[in-house]
Amino acid sequence: MIGLYHYLTLSAILFSLSVAGIFINRRNLILLLMCIELMLLAVNFNFIAFSRSFGDETGQVFVFFILTVAAAEAAIGLAILVVLFRNRRSINVEELDSMKG
Amino acid sequence: MHGIHLTIVLAPLAAAIIAGLFGRQIGRAGAHWLTILGVGVSFVLSAMVLKNLYWDGGTAENYDLYIWAVSDGLEMKVGFLIDRLSALMMVVVTFVSLMVHIYTVGYMKDDPGYQRFFSYISLFTFSMLMLVMSNNFLQLFFGWEAVGLVSYLLIGFWFTRESAIFANLKAFLVNRVGDFGFMLGIAGVVMFTDSLDYATVFASADAIAAQEIEVISGTPWNAMSVICILLFIGAMGKSAQAPLHVWLPDSMEGPTPISALIHAATMVTAGIFMVARMSPLFELSETALAVVILIGAFTAFFMGLLGIVQNDIKRIIAYSTLSQLGYMTVALGASAYSAAMFHLMTHAFFKALLFLAAGSVIIALHHEQDIRKMGGLKKYMPITYWTALIGSLALIGFPGSAGFFSKDALIEAVKHSHWLGQGPIYWIAYLSVLLGVFVTALYSFRLIFLVFHGEERIEDSARAHLHETPWVVTGPLILLAIPSAIIGWFTIQPVLFGGFFGDAIVVTTAHDVLGRMAEDFHGALAFLEHSFVAGPVFYLAAAGVGTAWFLYLKRPELPDKIATKFSGIYTLLDRKYFFDDLWIKGFAGGGRRVSQFLWTRGDEQIIDGILVNGTANSVVRLAATLRHLQTGYLYHYAFAMIIALTLFLGWLLWLH
Repeated sequence: MIGLYHYLTLSAILFSLSVAGIFINRRNLILLLMCIELMLLAVNFNFIAFSRSFGDETGQVFVFFILTVAAAEAAIGLAILVVLFRNRRSINVEELDSMKG
Repeated sequence: MHGIHLTIVLAPLAAAIIAGLFGRQIGRAGAHWLTILGVGVSFVLSAMVLKNLYWDGGTAENYDLYIWAVSDGLEMKVGFLIDRLSALMMVVVTFVSLMVHIYTVGYMKDDPGYQRFFSYISLFTFSMLMLVMSNNFLQLFFGWEAVGLVSYLLIGFWFTRESAIFANLKAFLVNRVGDFGFMLGIAGVVMFTDSLDYATVFASADAIAAQEIEVISGTPWNAMSVICILLFIGAMGKSAQAPLHVWLPDSMEGPTPISALIHAATMVTAGIFMVARMSPLFELSETALAVVILIGAFTAFFMGLLGIVQNDIKRIIAYSTLSQLGYMTVALGASAYSAAMFHLMTHAFFKALLFLAAGSVIIALHHEQDIRKMGGLKKYMPITYWTALIGSLALIGFPGSAGFFSKDALIEAVKHSHWLGQGPIYWIAYLSVLLGVFVTALYSFRLIFLVFHGEERIEDSARAHLHETPWVVTGPLILLAIPSAIIGWFTIQPVLFGGFFGDAIVVTTAHDVLGRMAEDFHGALAFLEHSFVAGPVFYLAAAGVGTAWFLYLKRPELPDKIATKFSGIYTLLDRKYFFDDLWIKGFAGGGRRVSQFLWTRGDEQIIDGILVNGTANSVVRLAATLRHLQTGYLYHYAFAMIIALTLFLGWLLWLH
């Protein structure tokens, strides 16, 4: 029987994968954005699992909100990425260190 | 009478303001006529006030004109106390000032600062009158500081001369030392009486004398002694008593009329006048009187000695002034206040005369002041010679001259001042004034012989147009020579023994030395005869003149030999007992070194270096280290966020 425990484990694995993706990936900004999306999905997973487990639909409502906002955010992120590429001719993360002290 | 008193003070002030601010408009002649008129009016009215008080039986007046400020019940007022003491001072001040005004017309003839000079000396007259006519401590202090200011301005009158600027700064600073004591003295008076009025303070003098004050906690001192000694420190500054005398010889950098008026006849006697005015206070403290008499004795004798080795004509007379001020101070200390005031008056005449005569010589020789380059001037300048001779005779106390009566009476008073007992203080004071007579005669006649007699050592350029000075110069000399010669005859009886000062000067019965002398006084002539048989004073003076004649006319090569033989003593005298070194190198130099140390170490290194810039620098260094943490890489920031989040979560879990 698949229970709450398994869903939460999956969600934790997904979250850890995306965090690792952010740290390990040093090349592509698009991959970073995708990892962030994955993180949000891991959180959504938790919401749905708890919602189902406790029989409360509020969690599922939240998931819809998060998905919508995440879509908007991804759109903005990609737009910034395009502008960044136009200015610097690169989306290599290693080279984006102009904010260092 | 109030209008008259006010006019006496305001006439010179008005003249000074007009001559000072509108000097260009009224021109040179306008400036001197206006200021002479102002001081002349003051003199005539002062003489009327004195006449009214003495001959017409007028009473002393003490009234307030104006309340300047009230602070915590302490009224600061402008007011006049016109008794015979202040009236005498007013007449002396305005008379000498008038003579100097006239003299200045000749002396400063070609000076570009003509109007400014007249403005200053009129302002001085105003300040001095405010000082002597005051009826409270605050106005006394105002006059005291105002004469100091004018003295400063006039010593540095030729302000492009390096030495004049040094001298006026020195005078100002040394006087500050004295004024500090004076202010503390006034503060002491206010502390014990809550009043600045002479009348109130004198009325509660006994109450002050009964109290004690702990300046250093644990050692109570008599309050009156502390106050009187502090007030006397002020007098030491103004009246140039050792060790605060160093400014007076240097003040000779100013024009000669100033040396005569301010630094000989009037301003420097302000200290003597002040102590005489405070006699109700000083009488109650024998400690203070002992300090006064010792300082005076030291100044009278040792400063006189310095006059012997000087070569600048004005400096010789300056040291003579120091010595004579010492005499007056000794008289104050011996409780013979009237004798001090009497000597002050005669000294004002003959010392002003001597300075003006010296000035006359200086003009004739085109501003040559070195007596080694003079000699034999008698035949070129007869009027100057005879008046200078009268002045010198009065100074050494030649029988019959004004100086004779005052100085002889003063020495007698010291001799008979029994309250001192027969202890060391008595002998120091008595021997100082006695030996001082010899020294005075020696340096005075050294001056006369070297300047007017003997061989001519004048430079040829000066000899070509050497002649007697114009009447504006010789006129005041003659007018001053008359009182120098004769005023003693008819003033000694009333001033010393006739109770001239009335209530103005208070002497307790135990100290009343003049009262005892009065029993033996049988007129001026008897006093004169008495001096030949009674004391060594006359013979000491004669010996001094004889020594001067022998050394400087008969055997003129001897002084140099003596100087080489006793080179140690000569150096000591030539360097003025190293007092200048003490003040300039010791106190001023030490002060500068301490300031230098505090500036470089304290301010620059500790405050600026460590505290202010140090704080900023350490922030900069910290930031320089911390900036390496900011790599600018997104994943580093994210990593930090995750780590922190994990830690905080762990902490939260650990808490529950």
